[in-house]
Amino acid sequence: MHTKTLSELKTGLAKAEFSSVELTEYYLQRIERHNPDLNCFITTTAELARKLAIEADQKRKKGDAGSLNGIPIAHKDIFCTEGVRTSCGSRMLDNFIAPYESTVTAKLAQAGVVMLGKTNMDEFAMGSSNETSFYGPVKNPWDFERVPGGSSGGSAAAVAARLAPATTGTDTGGSIRQPASLCNVTGLKPTYGRVSRYGMIAFASSLDQGGPMAATAEDCALLLNVMAGLDAKDSTSVDLPVPDYSANLNKSIKGLKIGLPKQFFDSGLDQNVARSIQQALDEYKVAGAKLMEIDLPNMPLSVPAYYVVAPAECSSNLSRFDGVRYGYRVSDPQDLEDMYKRSRGEGFGAEVKRRIMIGTYALSAGYYDAYYKKAQQLRRLISDDFKQAFTKVDVIMGPASPTTAFKIGEKSDDPVAMYLSDIYTIAVNLAGLPGITIPAGFVQGLPTGLQIIGKHFDEARLLNVAHQYQQRTDWHQQVPNIFK
Amino acid sequence: MSLDADQVRKIAHLARLAIREEDIPGYAHNLSNILDLVEKMNQVDTDGIEPMAHSHDAVQRLREDRVTETNQREHFQVNAPQSEDGLFLVPRVIE
Repeated sequence: MHTKTLSELKTGLAKAEFSSVELTEYYLQRIERHNPDLNCFITTTAELARKLAIEADQKRKKGDAGSLNGIPIAHKDIFCTEGVRTSCGSRMLDNFIAPYESTVTAKLAQAGVVMLGKTNMDEFAMGSSNETSFYGPVKNPWDFERVPGGSSGGSAAAVAARLAPATTGTDTGGSIRQPASLCNVTGLKPTYGRVSRYGMIAFASSLDQGGPMAATAEDCALLLNVMAGLDAKDSTSVDLPVPDYSANLNKSIKGLKIGLPKQFFDSGLDQNVARSIQQALDEYKVAGAKLMEIDLPNMPLSVPAYYVVAPAECSSNLSRFDGVRYGYRVSDPQDLEDMYKRSRGEGFGAEVKRRIMIGTYALSAGYYDAYYKKAQQLRRLISDDFKQAFTKVDVIMGPASPTTAFKIGEKSDDPVAMYLSDIYTIAVNLAGLPGITIPAGFVQGLPTGLQIIGKHFDEARLLNVAHQYQQRTDWHQQVPNIFK
Repeated sequence: MSLDADQVRKIAHLARLAIREEDIPGYAHNLSNILDLVEKMNQVDTDGIEPMAHSHDAVQRLREDRVTETNQREHFQVNAPQSEDGLFLVPRVIE
């Protein structure tokens, strides 16, 4: 059952080959069996899932089935789910029961999905390895000594090990695309504003965007169909019609113009990963696409600019965690300031504190022009580079990560080395573009991922281009032996 | 850019973060490395470039000014560390 894609499960449910109750129970058992090895769930909601599955089966009988009726999925623990603990991977919210539902999870629930639980993540989505989680690191299903990537590491590992047919993730600097690459999963970061951020715990509000993770592009299309759209509760969500993302998957990509930024194939890219990406590009050539080199001259400065913009926004967003209204509070505060400082000092982990401090410093009096304004000017240049490139090409391709999955502990004491693992993903967030990672092969038993970047709101094309590759290859169907 | 221990203490105070004294050197080291990374921004001349705050250069949508949310104080206060009579309790501020 777990080798079936979400699309196949949808068909199986519609034909009554199995019920949602059976399907849900099957996945709950897989989670129970394998999660102790992987740690990809912070919370499992078995009781709730069984109840939702019964409801889904009843709805189907009444002819009232939504587009994803009865499909079990898991949500990154950054999405508020009413009545269920929403920790964001932090001690700060270890006791937080969300009092309301995020738009993304509400829309998926409306379409009939059954929530299996909440997936592990880097604390407040700050990390590239899932090691900053208060709940301990997630293991990469392909090698338990290695990281799954981050911050949506639990969501990526859960799909890779087929503990859920699909999951939700969020991507501020690569947090869907990089773990997708490291775990052999398909992950889509939509255009900024395509998916509502309401009820998605904020990290860097001008960059954060939720998206789907699944085995195939076809499955991501089904999920995005439900997740996308204008939301009055998110003033940055965009008022554009949502196309049917499944409609153009089979369109021919003959004549497609693919841009290859030379900055994506520089000396920082592992040679074995480079070969794997090259093979994927060759496959596109065989399919009739035209490949051409392009230049994104300011892209190497995306990491420095991001580490001003994102921490600045995070220092502002995370000021709400003060031990007063919700979240962690020290037990014996001496006075108000002591309560703020120690609640935050004890409630946040080291990486979150580092980013809050960098942001606080960059925004402090006298430094604004040198840091924040400078970073925003670079953001404009980086965005303009993409605009220029998209006058010549339809999509841009390159690796999603410079290496395959690294060892747990390898970079955890060196924040800058960790930051550089997002070197190929961050520019896309600064420019607000959509990007998708698809499985592209293996290097010494570890997955590689091809990243495809599109114009604003060109998700349908990204999914079409990704799907066409998945029709010609079977990398995306590979599952580690132990999870077969 | 190298931050010293006093600068780290000052930033931690501004951010209302209690940092243990023995952790200060580690933070000074890591934050200095991050600022070194950030300062690579200076490789590019950005004089006269319009700063970009948002990828769509969007303006806020306006809506009619009317009440849309109902009062759910009790519901929201379930998560409060300490509350009484509908109020959030904090340590005494005025003696």
